[in-house]
Amino acid sequence: MIEARGLSKRFRDKKGGEIRAVDNVSFRCEPGRIYGLLGANGAGKTTTLRILATILEPTDGTAVVCGHDVVEQPEKVRANVGFLSTATALYPRLTAQELVEYFGRLNGLNEATLKKRIDEIFARLDMNGFRDRRCDKLSTGMKQKTSIARTLVHDPPVMIFDEPTLGLDIMTARTITTFIRECRDREKTVIFSTHIMSEVEKLCDVIGIIHDGKLLTEGTLAELRERYAEQDLEEIFVKVVGPLQAKAEALTV
Amino acid sequence: MNLKAVGIVYRKEFTEWVRDRRTLISTVLVPLFLFPLMMVGFSALAVVMVGKAEKETPKIMILGGEDSPQLIANIKKLESLEIVPYAANWKDEISNKDIRAAVEIPKGFEKSLETGQSETVKIYFYDGEIKSSFGANRLEKFLKDYRDTVVKDRLAAKHLPASVLSPFSIKQENVAPPEKVSGATFGSFIGYTVIILCMTGAMYPAIDLTAGEKERGTMETILSSPISRMDLVMGKFFLVFSASLATAILSVISMGTSFAILGHTHLMNTSGGQTLALNLGLLSVTSVFVMALPLSFLFSAVLMTVALFAKSYKEAQSYLTPMTFLIVIPAVASMMPGVELTPKLALIPILNTSLVCKEIISGTYHWNSIVLIFASTCVYAGAALFLAFKTFQRESVLFRS
Repeated sequence: MIEARGLSKRFRDKKGGEIRAVDNVSFRCEPGRIYGLLGANGAGKTTTLRILATILEPTDGTAVVCGHDVVEQPEKVRANVGFLSTATALYPRLTAQELVEYFGRLNGLNEATLKKRIDEIFARLDMNGFRDRRCDKLSTGMKQKTSIARTLVHDPPVMIFDEPTLGLDIMTARTITTFIRECRDREKTVIFSTHIMSEVEKLCDVIGIIHDGKLLTEGTLAELRERYAEQDLEEIFVKVVGPLQAKAEALTV
Repeated sequence: MNLKAVGIVYRKEFTEWVRDRRTLISTVLVPLFLFPLMMVGFSALAVVMVGKAEKETPKIMILGGEDSPQLIANIKKLESLEIVPYAANWKDEISNKDIRAAVEIPKGFEKSLETGQSETVKIYFYDGEIKSSFGANRLEKFLKDYRDTVVKDRLAAKHLPASVLSPFSIKQENVAPPEKVSGATFGSFIGYTVIILCMTGAMYPAIDLTAGEKERGTMETILSSPISRMDLVMGKFFLVFSASLATAILSVISMGTSFAILGHTHLMNTSGGQTLALNLGLLSVTSVFVMALPLSFLFSAVLMTVALFAKSYKEAQSYLTPMTFLIVIPAVASMMPGVELTPKLALIPILNTSLVCKEIISGTYHWNSIVLIFASTCVYAGAALFLAFKTFQRESVLFRS
């Protein structure tokens, strides 16, 4: 389970000013459900997910992941999390198997368990044909499968996906969305950020709309449709974000 | 610190490191072949070039001297010189290397000799050009011999012995053993080269494991794993340190081999015919290596810290290249004549190691200085590693955009 409590993250910009990338965000993700964080570019999705994965530390607030505080016990949090984004690249000079083994060992798996896990994952993801091929020689689809295997090797109860399909072709993106569904079916807690409406509609059990670092609204798709009297998610998004966007634009003019 | 986790990171970094062709060049090929190339190659080349220059019969032009036929005749008799006819553009001919030197005989030279008046014979040559210097030297030798003959004749005319001019003679005698002479000559150069190679050995992996990782997008991948930042830094650091040490070990081995080869080929004969015996025994080689240890440690930590600030490999190179000069300056300072190890200089990193290497190679072991240098460099290295660790915890550095 993930519980974010008043998460905030501020950065200094180049002119010494302050950027509120995440501003007092609170939400809860339950096991066996997919929480979709929907927002435009720069809305604060990546920063929120990086805080949950303990890659960044919050300026204020905290989050609890699988009973561990992200500020107090970051290493324990990471041991329970699988983090996948388009920014999480692979080591080019390692083979697919060596890479997955490396992350398995870092997660504390012993050699016997590691071998069993790798055989199982590689068979499930149909990776045996390229297990000994170096990552820099893999196709995009093979790389994505290797990344999935990396996040799965320690069988974490929480999966965090930061725009995992960004820039991928349809077939590779489909591999990812299928994998996300499988995670839910295995009772994992899944949080997933995107700006693609169709992905959210297809995958998410709970949707949170984030804009300018603030979580503006959240609920199931049905609840959002009822709350905003719109069927189409894009229209709902515009209704939620539009007025704030217009206000911000007026201020800049 | 979790040693198991550090070991896992180290093993993975090592695997990637040995699979990189650039590593082979910077860590193995450069130190292994730089010394033999520099020492054996340059020495052999110098011997060949000097030999060739010595074999040449230099073309010499005589300026004036029409009223000194005896001197001219004597010069022309010399087989070691080729006299060419006078040309007004003799200076250009020297510059253009058409002739090697010119000798100007003053007007009425022989008459002045008879009357006892002192005249100056000028030799013109092109300074820095070895063949021109050889030509000028042969001319000077001939003229000195000629002068001595004149002096002897004058003394004989007055029935005076030759010892009138030199009532006593002076001779300098060297008491330093040959290996110390050679150590003083080559010691600073060896120390300098080992230091530079320690740095170049660490430079590439330091960039690859920090800025390279950011550029490839694997930094976020590794930061999402449960390993602590400290273990990650230590694993990476030990790899950079290993690379630096590997370069240092290979360079020391290569250095020992190069000097052994030189010793056998007599390429290092001094002008006095004495061979420069460089005694690079196991003790001095081991000592140089031990002194290079903390310095390698320091370089590894500093280079990693600086390279981490960069977003890309190229940016890291642009930060580290000026740093090379910062390292070269103290290393070169130790090669300057008169710079000797003092307690104050023993605290200046790089310079101290370079100076102590010079002393070790010449067979002098000042244990107080050695301990002080080793300890002070260890302290600097520890501080640099702490800085590297702190830098790895800064989000603004890791996620600089």
